[in-house]
Amino acid sequence: MNASLSKLVGGKQGAIGLALLAALIFVVLPLGVDIFRLNLVGKYLTYAFVAVSLVLLWGNGGILSLGQGIFFGLGGYGMAMFMKLEASDPISTKIQTTPGIPDFMDWNQITELPWFWHPFESLPLTILAILVIPALFAYLIGFAMFKRRVGGVYFAIITQAIALILSILIVGQQGYTGGVNGITDLKTMLGWDTRTDSAKYILYYVNGALLIGAILLSKYILNSKFGMLLLAMRDKEERVRFSGYDVSNFKIFIFCVAAMISAVGGAMFTLQVGFMSPSFVGIVPSIEMVIFCAVGGRMSLIGAVYGTLLVNYGKTVFSETYPELWLFLMGGLFIAVVMFFPNGLAGIYDKYAKRFKFLRKFSDTQPAEKVKATPVSDIKEMGVKA
Amino acid sequence: MSNTDFVLAIEDLTVSFDGFKAVDNLTMYIDKNELRVVIGPNGAGKTTVLDLICGKTKSTSGSIKFMNTELTKLSEHEIVRAGVGRKFQTPSIYENLSVYQNLEVSYPKGRGVWGSLFFKRSDAVVSQVKKIADEIMLTNFLDMEAALLSHGQKQWLEIGMLLMQDPELLMLDEPVAGMSAKERDQTADLLNKICKNRSVIVIEHDMEFVKKIAHKVTVLHQGKILAEGAMDKVQEDEKVIEVYLGH
Repeated sequence: MNASLSKLVGGKQGAIGLALLAALIFVVLPLGVDIFRLNLVGKYLTYAFVAVSLVLLWGNGGILSLGQGIFFGLGGYGMAMFMKLEASDPISTKIQTTPGIPDFMDWNQITELPWFWHPFESLPLTILAILVIPALFAYLIGFAMFKRRVGGVYFAIITQAIALILSILIVGQQGYTGGVNGITDLKTMLGWDTRTDSAKYILYYVNGALLIGAILLSKYILNSKFGMLLLAMRDKEERVRFSGYDVSNFKIFIFCVAAMISAVGGAMFTLQVGFMSPSFVGIVPSIEMVIFCAVGGRMSLIGAVYGTLLVNYGKTVFSETYPELWLFLMGGLFIAVVMFFPNGLAGIYDKYAKRFKFLRKFSDTQPAEKVKATPVSDIKEMGVKA
Repeated sequence: MSNTDFVLAIEDLTVSFDGFKAVDNLTMYIDKNELRVVIGPNGAGKTTVLDLICGKTKSTSGSIKFMNTELTKLSEHEIVRAGVGRKFQTPSIYENLSVYQNLEVSYPKGRGVWGSLFFKRSDAVVSQVKKIADEIMLTNFLDMEAALLSHGQKQWLEIGMLLMQDPELLMLDEPVAGMSAKERDQTADLLNKICKNRSVIVIEHDMEFVKKIAHKVTVLHQGKILAEGAMDKVQEDEKVIEVYLGH
């Protein structure tokens, strides 16, 4: 493996972790469960995008956003608007007062497609919007907050408020957004029926590939000097500022990247599930995403994916039998993770993996390894090679 | 104010917090390659002066010129980029990073968002880190997590992080606080070495240490300069003995 590739995936251990995850997503799950369940897994994996974005933002950057649902929602709504327009062609909507516009608009006495819906008639523009609008929105929020040095709890509360405002806005503007029901009855993308089993398989694989792509992108960022600075800012923001860095720019950037990753998850959600609604935008989903990330381990990109799958699996199992108990269980789980396993599943794994290494050190007579398995271990080699 | 040969020229500097003047009409000049020590009782405004120079606190009035550039209008990171380094009173290092990473993060390249994303660890960086690590006596600890260093080593590491930036003006707030006698001596040697090609301002309470390093001493009291000059002169000054040194 060449040096830059090795750096990208995070050395041998990172490569193994990533390979195991890819094997689980691409081989084990598709072979092991039927298409109904696999579609469900696909849905959970769209949440994992948000969990991964929170590893960047919260775990490494120390910026807790309780409003990632905003960006998941913006991405999801973007895709939903495109698919809804395709489903609302004049022929299939000919019984409406105004044929050719989405049904919920017709029900709300709207007779013309609003201006902001027009870009979503084109797929390239929709994809662009899915990436750019959340990033732009994150930039505005980030600029307003971080340039004024708003951070910590205040930032969390403000993002939460924005998530609430956005979900209320969507519910309130029923004629333009589909209201509380969201945008439903999504059938095709460029004429391709997304409801068939084969389409579900394809979408599942595309989603998995995009997720691995998001993890690789995040790994690249975290392994660069930028990633080191994120950790440094989390520890000692003042020191970074007085080392000549404009801290706010770094925070804005990572917030935008996190928003884009979340939005891709949202768009894939719409494609796989066939609808989008405000219940994926507001406070509750935003906090749930934070829990997924915390359970998986907020410092571990791969852990965040496992955390998401595990919590959602638990949710499915429990809410089928004890629907009322689930929320309490989830709250309890969050408290337990924060109190006893601050690094989540990944933390537990690391602890036992290290213990294993420790034992191995005794078994053979290799010289003791370095104190810490930080990226520093390959610094010297690279320094010599370079 | 006209241009001068001084590295740092502070003139008529005042900062007032709700009417309380922490620094009151202060005028002070620092020469090239000078090591100035600022002493004074608690609350004299020593740390506030450093805060004003590095932009952490905004002045109410007056001027701070660093190599004839007005600093009072600049933001913190611009002041650092102009060539002013600041060490905080409590060691301020990145505990979760290794010593190597602490130094590398402080290297003055790749300071923008994109620059840092595509920053390459070149030979120049590695050799600079090694050179500085040698100066601050941490060569054997490069791989260690910074949190595990002793208190004194943390102080050195922070000085090293500043040296990575190769500043024209270095400001150190109580660099030997919490150090053993031996560490103090080593730090004095370090400071005498690093002020060869830059100006240094040190805030310190330890008089023995001050004697070892100071070229000139400024005594602050209630935001004003009480005395200024060579250490032995200042020590004999009656006003200084009264408010600070004691009998």
